Amino acid sequence: MSLNAWVATRKGLFEIAHRGSSAGWQIAGHSFVGDPVSMVLPGSDHGQFDGRMFAALNLGHFGVKLQASDDEGKTWRELPAPAYPSQPEGAEGPAWKLMQIWSLARSPAALWAGTLPGGLFKSVDGGESWALVESLWQRPERLGWFGGGYDAPGIHSICPHPNQPGELLLGISCGGVWHSADEGASWALRAKGMRADFMPPGQQEQENIQDPHRIARCEAAPEVLWCQHHNGIWRSSDNGLSWQELKAPLSSFGFAVAAHPLDPLTAWFVPAVKDERRIPVDGALVVNRSRDGGQTWQTLRTGLPQQHCYDLVYRHGLAVDENGQHLLMGSTTGGLWASDDGGDSWSTVSLNLPPIYAVQFG
Amino acid sequence: MPRIAFTPQLRRLLGELPDFDASALVLREALAQAFAAQPRLRSYVLDDQGHVRANVAIFVDGRRLQDRVTLSDALRPDSVVHVLQALSGG
Repeated sequence: MSLNAWVATRKGLFEIAHRGSSAGWQIAGHSFVGDPVSMVLPGSDHGQFDGRMFAALNLGHFGVKLQASDDEGKTWRELPAPAYPSQPEGAEGPAWKLMQIWSLARSPAALWAGTLPGGLFKSVDGGESWALVESLWQRPERLGWFGGGYDAPGIHSICPHPNQPGELLLGISCGGVWHSADEGASWALRAKGMRADFMPPGQQEQENIQDPHRIARCEAAPEVLWCQHHNGIWRSSDNGLSWQELKAPLSSFGFAVAAHPLDPLTAWFVPAVKDERRIPVDGALVVNRSRDGGQTWQTLRTGLPQQHCYDLVYRHGLAVDENGQHLLMGSTTGGLWASDDGGDSWSTVSLNLPPIYAVQFG
Repeated sequence: MPRIAFTPQLRRLLGELPDFDASALVLREALAQAFAAQPRLRSYVLDDQGHVRANVAIFVDGRRLQDRVTLSDALRPDSVVHVLQALSGG
C-alpha cells in the first residue's frame, strides 16, 4: 500500500506519504515554506490537464497567487490568478477584489475556483487563464449574501456531478446552495429544507442566506450530498432539490464533512461547541460517523486527544481517500491525525504543523 | 529619470528585480513602465482594480503615497520611489 496526500497550511504546503501500516504517514516534502496556502488541488487520473496540480497562495502583502505543478509537486510555476473585472462605478456589495481562493475543483471540461468575495472562476485551458462566471456574479441575489467566517461571502464547496458533465453544485457561506446544469451558464438555488437560526423570524428558511459550512458529494451515488451547516447537519438524496436535517451526538455544529466515496449512507463529521466558542465538546476531539444515512451515529475517539484539546477542524480539514478507508484530519492549531480503518481508530501524524487549512488525498 | 526600488522580499517571489529607471513623471505611468519590463510584478503591487494593494507601502522621495487608487502622485526627474511591504500585512 502506498498513499499520498497534501496538507495546505499557514506556512506552506506539506506532502505526506503512507508507505505501509507500520511506518504510518510521514512528511515527505514542503513547498512554499512560510507562505499561506489556502487550497490545494492534486492531479487526477482523468479530465483535462488531469495531471496538473494546483496550489493557491494568499500572500499577506502581495495578494493571491496560483501555482501549478506538472510533476506532482516537485517543481512549481506561477500562473495568472483569477482576477475580478473592472468594478463599475457605484456597484453595490463587496469590492471586486480577489481576497482568497477558497476552493478548487475539476470537472470533465473545466477547472473551477471558488473565491472570497463570492465569485466563481472558470478555466478551460488548464489554469493558464480564468474568467469570472458572470452568470452567477450578476445574479441579484448575490447582494443578499454576507460573510460567514470572513468579512465577505465565499464559495468553499464546488461539487461537480461525476455522471452529468456540466452539472455543478456550490456551497456558499453565506449564500446558500446553487446548482447549474449547463456548465455554469445559468443557476438556481438548491437549499430547500435548510434553516438559518442566525436570521430574524420569517427569514430563517430563505435559501439565499443559508450558511452551509461544507458540502460533500458521494462519488458513487452522486445524488447524495452531505452538508455541515452552521445550524446543524443536512443530507440530500436528490442532488440538492431537498435537504433533510439530521441530529448527531454531542453537537451538530462543526465545519467539516467527508462523504464516503462508495457508500452513500456513510459520512464523517467533526463536532464542536456551537457557535462562538468553536472548540471540541468537553475539550475532547472526536469524529461522528454515520453508516445509515444519519439515522444512527458512532462517536469515534480512539487515538484522538481526549483532554484539554482545543483543536478546531475547519471546512477543508477532513478528507477521505477513494476507497473510504483512510481518513486525514488537520486542525487550526496544527494537529494532523490519520485513520486506516474508516475512523475507528486514529494515529497522530504531527502535533506541530502550522495551522491547517486543507487536507487532500492525491 | 525617476528610479523605482522594490523590496528585496519580492525577489524571493519573482527572482531578480533590479531598480527600474522610468521616464514618466506620474507614478501610475512610471509603475506601468516597470510592469511592462516585468509583467508578473503588477499583480504583486496592484490589486484587481489597479489600486495599490492594502498591505503594500509606496514612498515617493520619502513621503508616503497620497493616492492609492489612481496613483496620480507626481514625480520629479530625480525622484526615488520605494515599493515596500506594509507591516500590516503580517
